[in-house]
Amino acid sequence: MKPVAPRSLRSAESAGTEADEVGHRRRDDQPASQDPVAAQRDSSPSSRGRQKSPDGTERVDATDVVSIVNASKSFGDVPALRSLNLRVPHARITVLLGPNGAGKTTAIRLITGALTADQGQVAIFGSDPTGPEGEQIRTRCGVVSAKPSLYDRLTGYDNLQYAAQLYGLKSSIMDARIRQSAAQFDIDDALAQRVGGYSTGMKTRLALARATLHDPDLLLLDEPTSGLDPESALAVLAMVREMTANDKSVLMCTHLLSEAEGLADEVVVIDAGTDLETGAQKALTDRYWPDKTVDVSVTHPSATAVIESTPGVSAVEPIDDGLRVQLADLDLVPGLVERLVGEGLAVRSVVPKQPTLEDLYFAIRKRHRSDVEHPAADEHGEQT
Amino acid sequence: MSATNWSRVATVARTDLRQLRQAKDFWLPMLLLGGAFFVLIPSVLFFTIAQIGSVEVVDRMSDTLQVLPPEAAAQIEGTSPQGRTGYALAVFLFAPVAVIVPLTISTAVGAATIVGERERGTGEFLAHSPASAREIYLGKLIASVVPGYLTVVIGFTLYSLIVNLTIGPSVGRWFFPTKQWWVMLLWVLPPFLALCLSMVLRLSARVTSTAAAQQASGLISLPLIMVAYSQATGVLFGSGTAAYVVGGLAWLLALFSLRRGVRSVTRSRLLGVAGT
Repeated sequence: MKPVAPRSLRSAESAGTEADEVGHRRRDDQPASQDPVAAQRDSSPSSRGRQKSPDGTERVDATDVVSIVNASKSFGDVPALRSLNLRVPHARITVLLGPNGAGKTTAIRLITGALTADQGQVAIFGSDPTGPEGEQIRTRCGVVSAKPSLYDRLTGYDNLQYAAQLYGLKSSIMDARIRQSAAQFDIDDALAQRVGGYSTGMKTRLALARATLHDPDLLLLDEPTSGLDPESALAVLAMVREMTANDKSVLMCTHLLSEAEGLADEVVVIDAGTDLETGAQKALTDRYWPDKTVDVSVTHPSATAVIESTPGVSAVEPIDDGLRVQLADLDLVPGLVERLVGEGLAVRSVVPKQPTLEDLYFAIRKRHRSDVEHPAADEHGEQT
Repeated sequence: MSATNWSRVATVARTDLRQLRQAKDFWLPMLLLGGAFFVLIPSVLFFTIAQIGSVEVVDRMSDTLQVLPPEAAAQIEGTSPQGRTGYALAVFLFAPVAVIVPLTISTAVGAATIVGERERGTGEFLAHSPASAREIYLGKLIASVVPGYLTVVIGFTLYSLIVNLTIGPSVGRWFFPTKQWWVMLLWVLPPFLALCLSMVLRLSARVTSTAAAQQASGLISLPLIMVAYSQATGVLFGSGTAAYVVGGLAWLLALFSLRRGVRSVTRSRLLGVAGT
């Protein structure tokens, strides 16, 4: 399957923005949360609201929860981020995809104000996290680091209590909230045990419980399913989805493409500290593969010629069990099959092929490498 | 700069102390240290003096008290040589104990406190938390002071009992603690403790490993222990005014050092990426 590069890699970002920018609505307009933790927060600066677009689908307003513009950060002579642009829309799941060392963790550290960018602007909930609003911003964030960063000598309960106290949960609701959060991640039975005796999966679940304890508006997850068994990993991903349904925003870093598939509302592909592409998976897929693809199970040597001569077909390539065909629209498939049958060829199956996130990821990276090696090609909108 | 949230400071301190309580490999040696200096050695020494059979030896020891400064010599009570010797040893000889033990314990705790967070990876949690660097610093400081000072309070209580039970009868009354000891424990020792810890915490924030912090903090705390030792001895020997002056100067130095020390804790240092 040959992807088609957009005219400009940056145009993908602006296109994605246009699709999402609908309007503003303050959080104050929304009904009060039933959650005691949410109810406890009475002084949050304005947050973002959802709006219904004319077609009934939910869209977010223009102000992003996270807005990083041209941020650079170096550690000594080693650049970790180079002009990174990253936006996390309200109540959406944004997945930061990239290989190890791409700068994902550094990006999270900029968001909480744990690190300061050398250059560029960082605005979280509209404010600078390294400024006077930093404390309030961090209170509204929940972070799960790549390593669980738990206190091994303390019990699970003590770890959660420590976080609850630092994040300012009232003592009247603390115990209930700790148990509720632990139960959500199925770690409540082990709360009395020392964390040093936990398995890796238990530690990850406790770290997740700790990050969500104070009902954060923005959840920052750095490889949240590492060390988890498939069942627990699925539960975590379901929780992530549930968070956005409850009006929370999520930024998840991962290099596991399979877990981002179907979960991400927005995908940001990052490499060497730079964002390569940003947008909804479908929008990016449509841009990289404007033609539809079907796998036709047919083995006769003349099949290729028949398909190529069919109107609307743009490319044919052999695959294990037949031919992979790119065509302008899936509506053309019945006509294609009719022609093959008419030529006396036996068609065993026709399967529409939807590019996976993995296909997209590698196509973006391939395209980017090509841009780096041949910068002029991108300017002329040439295809890869 | 936002106001310090003392509730968070207390939370950081309480959590550090809770972890310390779980670390038997740390507090057991420290307990032995305190026990040896405050209980074992004084018990053996004072019991021996009180029960000693050779009057000649005690007389000779009593004669050596003549070398003490006149102000110190004037304080010595007791009518018998045993009483006078015991009094002098109890009040003057063990002054350094009240300094060495808490400084050693607190330095050991303080050296590991920030670099330890980094080594365990828990610095990441603190760096992302709403706690300010100042609140973390103050919490760590309190958590380092408490074990040392608590040892002094408990040890000093036991030491007082031992002194009064063994030497008290020879002196004719329960005489310990003397006024100078109170001044030393409440006015002179705390600033030296704070001064030492402010430097050790700064070190802990900068070095790359707990082992390095322990090594380097020894270099810092040793001279301070020597200064505190000499000052404490001087306070006990001298008049009350000297004690207040020494304590006052130590407080000024400590406050200056603590103020500067706050800056040493940064989020990037908690993450272990500062200076890279």
